[in-house]
This record gives sequence, structure tokens and C-alpha cells, in this order.
Amino acid sequence: MTIRLAFLIALMGFTGGLMVASFAGFREFIPGLLMGAWVTVQITVLAAILAVVAAMAAGLAKLSRIRVLRWIANIYVEIFRGTSALVQLFWLYFVLPHFGISLSAMTVAVVGLGLNVGAYGAEVVRGSIQAVAKGQYEAATALNMSRSLTMRRIIIPQAVAAMLPPWGNLFIELLKATALVSLITITDLTFRAYQLNQVTLRTVEIFTLVLVVYLALSLVITIGMRALERRVGADFGTGRVL
Amino acid sequence: MDPIVSFQGVTKRYGYLSVLKELDLDVAPNEKVAIIGPSGSGKSTLLRVLMTLEQIQEGIIYVDGQPLTHMERNGALVPADERYQRSVRGKIGMVFQNFNLFPHMTALQNCMEAPMNVLGLSRQDAQARASELLEMVGLADKMQSRPNRLSGGQQQRVAIARALAMRPKVMLFDEVTSALDPELVGEVLNVIRKLGDEHNLTMLMVTHQMGFAREFADRVCFFYEGRIAEQGPPNEFFTDPKNERTRAFLSAVLEAH
Ligand SMILES: Nc1ncnc2c1ncn2[C@@H]1O[C@H](COP(=O)(O)OP(=O)(O)O)[C@@H](O)[C@H]1O
Ligand SMILES: [Mg+2]
Repeated sequence: MTIRLAFLIALMGFTGGLMVASFAGFREFIPGLLMGAWVTVQITVLAAILAVVAAMAAGLAKLSRIRVLRWIANIYVEIFRGTSALVQLFWLYFVLPHFGISLSAMTVAVVGLGLNVGAYGAEVVRGSIQAVAKGQYEAATALNMSRSLTMRRIIIPQAVAAMLPPWGNLFIELLKATALVSLITITDLTFRAYQLNQVTLRTVEIFTLVLVVYLALSLVITIGMRALERRVGADFGTGRVL
Repeated sequence: MDPIVSFQGVTKRYGYLSVLKELDLDVAPNEKVAIIGPSGSGKSTLLRVLMTLEQIQEGIIYVDGQPLTHMERNGALVPADERYQRSVRGKIGMVFQNFNLFPHMTALQNCMEAPMNVLGLSRQDAQARASELLEMVGLADKMQSRPNRLSGGQQQRVAIARALAMRPKVMLFDEVTSALDPELVGEVLNVIRKLGDEHNLTMLMVTHQMGFAREFADRVCFFYEGRIAEQGPPNEFFTDPKNERTRAFLSAVLEAH
């Protein structure tokens, strides 16, 4: 139900935006903004992949028996959660070259935002693994399963099902945070809007259109995550048919 | 005959609380032992330390002639590491009060998982073994169902089949009918009866079903505050209990029914 509604709103928003734009006769903005949107999408997708990998590694490390691993994970999470994402991007882009490491703006965007969201994701991963019932570990021990087999086959699949909704939120936060990359010279959606606005001064139309595009993208994430939740839910026999 | 399970001076403590106190208990191969006693007397703990779900502080447990809690190193017995424990605890299987089935797997997959990934059976062999056992517990038509589509009694029968698929020599049952609606208790007890008849299994069973203990067990052990206060063959035990505590417990249980 909610998914259909979300889809409908997205569609209405999008066509509405297009109509407003064409009525006012500035269809000419659309190609530029779409090019920016494509950059935003690329950064979001790549950073999301990195975030999931980093969060899995750090979340598992936080639960490790090995103290050094727990430390490393804690330091990572505290640094990236405790400082602003913008400062992290600046640091990677402007400070690292002083240490002889120059990364492209795109790499900095993906690495910076990916690690930032991954730090929040680590807590999600840790929490959902800890939320798996104690009896599941005991049943696995009673079947003489090793610790790693237990994690891989019994605990993590159940934890993944529980962590999908919070990940949906994190991905939307990530999408919104990509606007920061315009400050390290990347021409994403926000930067395109800024440029167009400088040239044409059509502030109301341009930024309304940008708003609509961000909304549409975040609805795509919502819809995708809901579909994933449904599939995984069906695998647990808990999924509901719409 | 040598005992298949032997507790020798076993003490289990949680902090300052001693839950098992210098416990000695020998179980013969194929013997069915019912364990009864008031809540908190250490019955579950007895099974849990035997399943290696809990560590003991003193004493030693032997399974099939091998130390379970300890291993030999340079001629001395030292506390067992995880790897060594895994080599011994395969002889033991356990069924829990709350089933603890894997919710993301079908009944069949629940029974195939450990035989394939722990024993190394091929998919075909594991499936043949699992479906035979599910048929034995009367669930031939539920093999593809996930746990949340099964009644409590059906789930507990899957759990029994899952444990049996590992071919243990000793089976532990911890109040396996306590979480079930009364009308579902019978189907689970029937499966256990069948196991007793058809398999060469040693069973240790914590239960509040006095009628079942009396009819099924070779021996009844009455636990009181971490010790075996009284034990004996069921007929003797139920008709002529010697210990005052046993008498008090039995009359309290009978009154409740
Ligand atoms: N993990 C634990 N931590 C502390 N105390 C425990 C723990 N598990 C059990 N106990 C205590 O050990 C005693 C025996 O518990 P248990 O073996 O479960 O009793 P029973 O199965 O006979 O009811 C109880 O007093 C219980 O509170
Ligand atoms: Mg108990």
C-alpha cells in the first residue's frame, strides 16, 4: 500500500515538476540538471556499496573476540561519527595531498561519504547481530556447528533481515549528504543548480526543480528497500503480500 | 558396562551461586533417565554443561570414555579448548523447550544444514537422511514449511528430527513439552516413545510429565538445590520415595494435577 502511494507521489511530483518547468519555458535547464543528477546517483550508489562493506566489517569487528579488531572498529566509528562529513571531505581532498596522497574529487566523494555512512551502519550491523535470539547460538552449538559457520549460516542471515529498514534510512541520508560534494568541485545536481542560477537568476524555478529531483531519487530508494524487505520477509515466511 | 556419560565431582557456579554441587552421575548406554525436581534446582544446567553450552568450575565430565570438559596434554588433563570440545560433543544432541528452529530455513533445510556443513554429507545424502527423519516424526507433508507456518508441536518434532540427523549417541531433552498447548503434548511424547523403542539412544530428559517419566524412564533422578537428592527405578521412586523432599515435591506436583 505505502509503496504504491510512494510511487504515485513520486510520479506526480516528477511530472508536476516537468510541467511547471516546461510551462515556464525553461525546459533548457533540464538536460543540465539531469547530468548533475547522474553524478549524484553515481556517488550515491558507489558510496552505498562502500558503506555496506565498511559497516559489515566494522560491525563484525566490534563483536570480535580479538581486542585489537574491536579497537580499530571503535576508532573508525568514533572518528567518522564524531566529526562533520563536510570536514571529512575537505580533509581528504585538501589535506591528504600535503602527505603526498592526491585523490580525485570523485574518489574523495565516494570514500568520504561511504566511510561516513559506514560508521553509522556499523552500529546497525552490530545491533541487529546482537538482536538475534541467544537460543539460535545454542541450537547451532548443539548441532556442533563452528563459530564461523554459525555466524555465516544462522546469525547473519537473520541479522540482515532485521537491518534492512535502518539501512533504508541511511541510504536516504547518504543521498542528501551527496550535496556536500559540490564544495569539493564536483558538478553534482546541487552544483549544477548553483551554476545555472548564477547564469540565469531563475532561482525559484531551478531550486524547486532540484528539490523535486532529490525527492524522486529518495523515493526510488524507499521503493527499492521496501521491495527488498518484502523479498527477505518472504524468505522468513513473514513477508506480507500487498 | 562402561557408562556413556559420567559426571565426576562436577561443580557449576554462577558467581557465588553453586548451581551444581560436586555432582556424580553415571548413565549407562541406552539408558533413559528422567530428571525431575523443583524450579531452579539445576536440572537445565545439568543438560547445558553436558551440551557444552556452559563451562564447569570443578570436576570432569566423560562422554563415551573421553573427557569432554578436559583434554590430555603431556599426560595431564587441562581444560578443553573449543576445537577439542567439538570433536567430543558431536556425540550429544539436544532439544530445547523453545524449539530454537532456524526461522529462515524450511523444516527440511533445518535438518540438512548441520549434516551437510558439519558432517560433510552430500546434499543428496543429507536430504535423504532429513526426509526419512521428518517422516519418522510424522511431518512428511511439512518438509517445505518454514517454522512460523508450523504449530508448536510440529516445530518441536522438527527440532527432534534435526538433532537426530546428526546421529548422536546421547539425546538431551529439556522440558520439551513445557511450551506447548496441552493438546499438542501427546504428539511430541509419542515421538520420544518411538525413539526409545527404535533407536539405540541414551536419553536424559528433564520433564514435569510424571506419568511419562514413570512409564518411559529406566531411572528417575530427583534434583534438589544442585544435588541428586534421590534416584531409583520409577516404580520404586514413585510408590515409595525415601527422601522427605521427594515426598513433598511429588505430593505438590500431584496436587497440581
Ligand atoms: N546464566 C545464568 N546466570 C546466573 N544464574 C543462572 C544462570 N542460569 C541459571 N542460573 C541459576 O541457576 C539455578 C539453576 O537453574 P536451572 O538449571 O535453569 O534450574 P531448573 O532447570 O532446575 O529450573 C537457578 O537458581 C538459576 O537462577
Ligand atoms: Mg529448566
